Amino acid sequence: MAPRIYGLMAEFEDATALVAATERAHEAGYKRMDAYSPFPIEELHHAMGSPHSRLPLIVLVGGIVGCLGGFFLQYWASAMAYPINVGGRPLNSWPAFIPVTFECTILVAALSAVLGMLGLNGLPTPYHPVFNVERFALASRSRFFLVIESKDRRFRLEDTREFLVTLHPRDIWTVDY
Amino acid sequence: MDPTHPAPSPPLIPPGYTFGSVTDKISAIVLGKRTPMGWWAGFAVAFLFAMLLFVSLSYLVVKGIGIWGNNQPVGWAFDITNFVWWIGIGHAGTLISAILLLLRQSWRTSINRFAEAMTLFAVACAGIFPLFHTGRPWLAYWLFPYPNTMGVWPQFRSPLIWDVFAVSTYATVSLLFWFVGLIPDLATLRDRSQSRVGRIVYGMLAMGWRGSARHWHQYDTAYLLLAGLATPLVVSVHTVVSFDFAIGIVPGWHTTIFPPYFVAGAIYSGFAMVLTLAIPIRAVYGLNDFITSRHLQNMAKVMLVTGLIVAYGYLTEAFIAWYSGDLYEGFVPINRANGPYRIAYWSLILCNIAIPQLLWFKRTRLNPAALWVISIVVNIGMWLERFVIIVVSLHRDFLPSSWGMYSPSFWDYSTFLGTIGLFLSLLFLFLRFLPMISIFEMRTMLPEAKVEVDWRDVD
Repeated sequence: MAPRIYGLMAEFEDATALVAATERAHEAGYKRMDAYSPFPIEELHHAMGSPHSRLPLIVLVGGIVGCLGGFFLQYWASAMAYPINVGGRPLNSWPAFIPVTFECTILVAALSAVLGMLGLNGLPTPYHPVFNVERFALASRSRFFLVIESKDRRFRLEDTREFLVTLHPRDIWTVDY
Repeated sequence: MDPTHPAPSPPLIPPGYTFGSVTDKISAIVLGKRTPMGWWAGFAVAFLFAMLLFVSLSYLVVKGIGIWGNNQPVGWAFDITNFVWWIGIGHAGTLISAILLLLRQSWRTSINRFAEAMTLFAVACAGIFPLFHTGRPWLAYWLFPYPNTMGVWPQFRSPLIWDVFAVSTYATVSLLFWFVGLIPDLATLRDRSQSRVGRIVYGMLAMGWRGSARHWHQYDTAYLLLAGLATPLVVSVHTVVSFDFAIGIVPGWHTTIFPPYFVAGAIYSGFAMVLTLAIPIRAVYGLNDFITSRHLQNMAKVMLVTGLIVAYGYLTEAFIAWYSGDLYEGFVPINRANGPYRIAYWSLILCNIAIPQLLWFKRTRLNPAALWVISIVVNIGMWLERFVIIVVSLHRDFLPSSWGMYSPSFWDYSTFLGTIGLFLSLLFLFLRFLPMISIFEMRTMLPEAKVEVDWRDVD
């Protein structure tokens, strides 16, 4: 058996070529693949047929937790733990609690957006096999890459390489672990 | 000119740039081995003033806040004036990044990064003042609700506690927004850095970012959500700051126009500071291709509009003071225009209302030198505005027997100049070590970033 590899990487010169190639690979039935680009390309996500992000739900939950947590923190502190009677005014003076409730909502929602994004992306990931290809340093500058992973059910080193050649990449590399 | 077909706006990036050349041009400023002499000179001067801040604050901790000129009846003076001034400046960054993003104003791209950095540094400077005004900064954590052996909790009905939450949330969210925006660019620096230290440090900060399409999708979603969250936040911060005054009963503070007029003032001063910094930076670093005259013009227009809103705020304040029929409220505008601090008031009108009217003329907006001078004038005017609101309202409130005067001490001036030094020192470090223009967003602005796909094949 040949030494295990992470997958095959094809390099493209421009965004349109990468999107077209990704679409073709998706049509050919490849599932375990990823496209790499130096800036966000909305079409790539469609081309890979990936599901929608769950991030908005995480942020919504974060916002609700922040809102309720912020309000009840104030309610508990002002009406239960440390009640101060000022001329018989109500202890649960909720209109005065709105600004802090609002700030807590935003704070927890924003933290969930950032931590949620990092979590869903599995970052930080200090090591990743794609970095083993020297040319891949250009993925953060000007070049576009498509990687089909060896874990894909349809992955056969020679067949997949031939398939990638039909996409007219600039070059093809094997990605070692 | 035919009004239905206005002349197309000049492009935001001149033709001829590619993904590679945009990346190289911006990252070269950071990765270049040689630090320009001008940088050292500027940083040295700024750092000298930052040291002045260090000395002033140390002396304050040793002696107490009696070293400042604050005294009854003027308990808030330079400290709170400076706090509000810095917080106001800190509004431009998030406004440019968040609100202009949601409004699809693509010209924001080349100025958002350093406007955000400016916001962080301004908020850091702002935070110093209330912190040290407490007199016991080592007990500042008492402001936060935490279980303690004293069994006490903060007074959540006080605008000062709202302010703690608003400003600390704003600082945190601005930092998150800035850092999230930096991640892809940190990966670029990691991949392009020639030095081992650079690769390790940028590599750790980039957290293994590799530009995967799945990651970009989550990233875009997160960035858009953060922009949506930061938009109401940025409006709320100066609103809450204005509550510090408006909830009080001091004549000249107790007005309902304060929240919108404070927010407009904050945007006004924030854009003024962005121009004050952007004009020299683009000249020194040769970034005229990225920060074009169209950017400067747009910022000038935002300043003109917000300046007019501020002018409207001044008029409403004076009108309501008279219309209320309240003796003490009615005295406020008279005392401002004709009292012992009238020089501050009339300079404020000159700086904030009269001079910025020059921005109506296209010739002014196209002249960077004139814009730079006007932006500094507006910065001064906005500082005077806060001084007039705070000190002039406090020094003559109700009973003439309790009137008094305020004059700043040496330490008032040194602390203020010191924060300017700290602000500029941090800014110089930022310019040297992080990309001042968002590289990956600049790539998306190039014509070659456009993808031509036949959508009949998809879905």
